[in-house]
Amino acid sequence: MTHIFVDLIYAIMDTVWDVLPIAAIIFSFQLFILRKPIPNLKKILTGFLLVLLGLGFFLEGLQAALFPLGKLMAYQLTNPDFIAPDNGQRALQWWDYHWVYLFAFAIGFATTIAEPSLLAVAIKANQVSAGAIGIWGLRIAVAIGVAIGIALGVYRIITGTPLYWYIITGYVFVLVQTMFAPRMIIALAYDSGGVTTSTVTVPLVAALGLGLAGTVPGRNPLLDGFGLIAFASLFPIMSVLAYAQLSEWRNRRNQRSSTQ
Amino acid sequence: MKSLRAVWNSLFDSFRDLLPIIVVIGFFQFAVLQQPIPNFGEIAIGILFVVIGLTLFVQGLNMGLFPIGESMAYAFASKGNIFWLLCFAFALGFGTTIAEPALIAVAEEAALVAATGGMIVDDPQARESYAEGLRYTVAFSVGIAIMIGVFRIVMGWPIQYLIVIGYTGVVVMTAFAPKEIIGIAYDSGGVTTSTITVPLVTALGVGLASSIKGRNPMIDGFGLIAFASLTPMIFVMGYGMLI
Repeated sequence: MTHIFVDLIYAIMDTVWDVLPIAAIIFSFQLFILRKPIPNLKKILTGFLLVLLGLGFFLEGLQAALFPLGKLMAYQLTNPDFIAPDNGQRALQWWDYHWVYLFAFAIGFATTIAEPSLLAVAIKANQVSAGAIGIWGLRIAVAIGVAIGIALGVYRIITGTPLYWYIITGYVFVLVQTMFAPRMIIALAYDSGGVTTSTVTVPLVAALGLGLAGTVPGRNPLLDGFGLIAFASLFPIMSVLAYAQLSEWRNRRNQRSSTQ
Repeated sequence: MKSLRAVWNSLFDSFRDLLPIIVVIGFFQFAVLQQPIPNFGEIAIGILFVVIGLTLFVQGLNMGLFPIGESMAYAFASKGNIFWLLCFAFALGFGTTIAEPALIAVAEEAALVAATGGMIVDDPQARESYAEGLRYTVAFSVGIAIMIGVFRIVMGWPIQYLIVIGYTGVVVMTAFAPKEIIGIAYDSGGVTTSTITVPLVTALGVGLASSIKGRNPMIDGFGLIAFASLTPMIFVMGYGMLI
């Protein structure tokens, strides 16, 4: 049990190491280029300290509690003995993996809700839009996008179809949606693609991809195990654009019915 | 008493954020795999750590990362020197990406793929130099991305035009890049933006858009992360073609 606390110290030290270059850039530009004292320096430094401690605790907690179990689960669920315990003769079809799809969808949704960078962007978007964009609305829209994306990505690994078909089709879809979406959501929607795949999502999803590519016959983990992150960063763009369109459409319908 | 209640509330919020993962893992463990939870005590402590960590992070976000990003944006805007602003944008993108642990892991995997695919010699030294080259490539591309993104905010260009150019770049590069590298290239777009970079860069963009006249923080302020997850795809495929 005590090793958790030792590991916690290491996790905090790792975070300090990651933050050092960022702090160096910020403070050197502040001192040499802007040449202005930083307003509320004490408060900002306290904030940095809290972020460091927070990420240290966060990462160590994930490492100790959720990642080992989640990764083991990803391997167990993709194991052929689990998928078809009764026969070793019949070739597995893509629908035999139904638990894997459900796991991919559920874990994609759940890890996105817990993702700190998405929370940060949602808080900012809520402030900037003066409450028009809800923190939970955005987070749930993104999480649904990630869930669909990862489930589809799993289907791609199982069927062995080329990754770029899906991504290019996705791009076309995003561009068409952009033409019809409300202007103020566009940049935020594009951003939400990149912020979703971070500390919590990447390790679990990577384990799922590598587990699948290692056990599905004919797949090579090195070549086919990748691509899930790409799905997870493309589909939230679509779901956020769709969410904005849907709420705009609903507002318009409400206005129309109230004027009648 | 009041502050104690605030702490309790934010701890509770963090726990609620974590609840979906606990439910999903619990459901699959008990109902689908039908196995008990190993090391229950350790897992409970881990979950407690995650909750504490998330709470501290959100506090620090509002006290440290958001204010510094915004105050620097205001300072650059009032100084009116675009050259240094672009330099800062590049340095921020490059500096935060080069040390990113997720990127280091992906670069090592990529070197393994390249060695297996016969693109480089399969020995540790060749793999290491390939991985390092890839890391610098991605960090450089993120620096460029934040720089372009900041320039866009200053000029007030609509983001979708630049995104269309980026998507076209990805599609064109996909047609020419070695097949082995495509999966990694697509994934590298997602892994570059870390938990500390995202709030800083977002605050910078929003701060710039609100301090430059004629810009709307909602329309113009976001979008920096979008570029940072698009350019690495193009550059990594380019790297795969050259090496």
